[in-house]
Amino acid sequence: MSTDTIEKPVVKKAEPLLSKRRKKFVTDPLNDDNPITIQVLGICSALAVTVKLEPTFVMSCSVVAVIVMSNLIISSIRDIIPNRVRIIVQLAIIASLVVLVDQVLKAYFYDVSKLLSVFVGLIITNCIIMGRLEAFAMANKPYDSILDGFGSGFGYAWIILTVAFFRELFGSGSVFNFKVFEAIGLANFPTNGLMASPIGAFMILGLIIWIQRTKNGYVEH
Amino acid sequence: MELINLAVKSIFIENMIFAYFLGMCSFLAVSKKVSTALGLGLAVIFVLTITTPANWLLQNYILKEGALAWLGANFTSVDLSFLQFIMFIAIIAAMVQLVEMIIEKVSPVLYGSLGIFLPLIAVNCAILGSSLFMVQNEYNLIESTVYGFSSGIGWFLAIIALAAIREKMKYSNVPDGLKGLGITMLITGLMGLGFMSFIGISI
Repeated sequence: MSTDTIEKPVVKKAEPLLSKRRKKFVTDPLNDDNPITIQVLGICSALAVTVKLEPTFVMSCSVVAVIVMSNLIISSIRDIIPNRVRIIVQLAIIASLVVLVDQVLKAYFYDVSKLLSVFVGLIITNCIIMGRLEAFAMANKPYDSILDGFGSGFGYAWIILTVAFFRELFGSGSVFNFKVFEAIGLANFPTNGLMASPIGAFMILGLIIWIQRTKNGYVEH
Repeated sequence: MELINLAVKSIFIENMIFAYFLGMCSFLAVSKKVSTALGLGLAVIFVLTITTPANWLLQNYILKEGALAWLGANFTSVDLSFLQFIMFIAIIAAMVQLVEMIIEKVSPVLYGSLGIFLPLIAVNCAILGSSLFMVQNEYNLIESTVYGFSSGIGWFLAIIALAAIREKMKYSNVPDGLKGLGITMLITGLMGLGFMSFIGISI
């Protein structure tokens, strides 16, 4: 039996652009390995910007952009970064990308960038980005790193968008500033001020984590 | 009086954790035991008290529009504020490194207890956040020192309280899916509710 396998010519096929292995980079962080609910990273900004859907959406786009670009850059220069100074190199690249995002937001979405205030700057210290650079981009090829960046970015985005959806719906009775309850004829639906305050964010995220972990059967010890 | 008011405000009302969610990552990760929480909390107070005024100097003498006027008339219109993020994070990383070396030299005992936490602090968003808020609120040098120190105290109080609750939690029967992060988020929410009662206090 063993001779058969040796005689077979080894054909090295190029990996398809979206092979099974690569699809996992994108789909894993969405659910089973979610950066927020399972890995507990990037909570700071996840909660602070989620009072309304609009700033949350802008924030998640910015984070996806920064994470994908920094993964790409770090992964392309991973062989020439000296190991001792890698943290500083990573911080410098993330900070430059965040400055770029901040300037773009100020130029095109001035109102939203005012709403987000310091939290755009705080993308620098978002642990998801540092974590992905350290754990993935330093050891993998650029294309894989881009996919991984998209995966983690979207995993982050859908959680904060869910939190923001519930907080805006119950806190101010609207979705993307569209007054839902007035539209369906419940104009005096009581809004819950607690949802708009930070406490609502903690509660909603706690409940989302509960639901998701129960569904996945993930137990922390 | 103004300063005491500012301190009370930043410890209780605009608490780093409960009002701005800053430094949540290490808040959640290092709050399993009171002793380690104590170490990290002290280190955060220390670094915040140093970096906030340091960044104030940087902002007002180098980065702000017209801040370079002390170099000569040619520089009065230079505006470097777009470099804010990079410079702040560089100062914070450098300061943390410096503090670590000084403590190691001066007090090995303190280094033993704080040592491992110091490098973690460079990427704690509470530090960068407090510098950015200091710029946004236009504090002066003394105010920003007080602000840095008292935000640190607020963070310290929050992490100690959470760690104490989590130590007790070991003996309670929590549903499987809620164990760890889930229940911690809910507890933090309830603690935030408690801190909300301080709103409106001024001296």
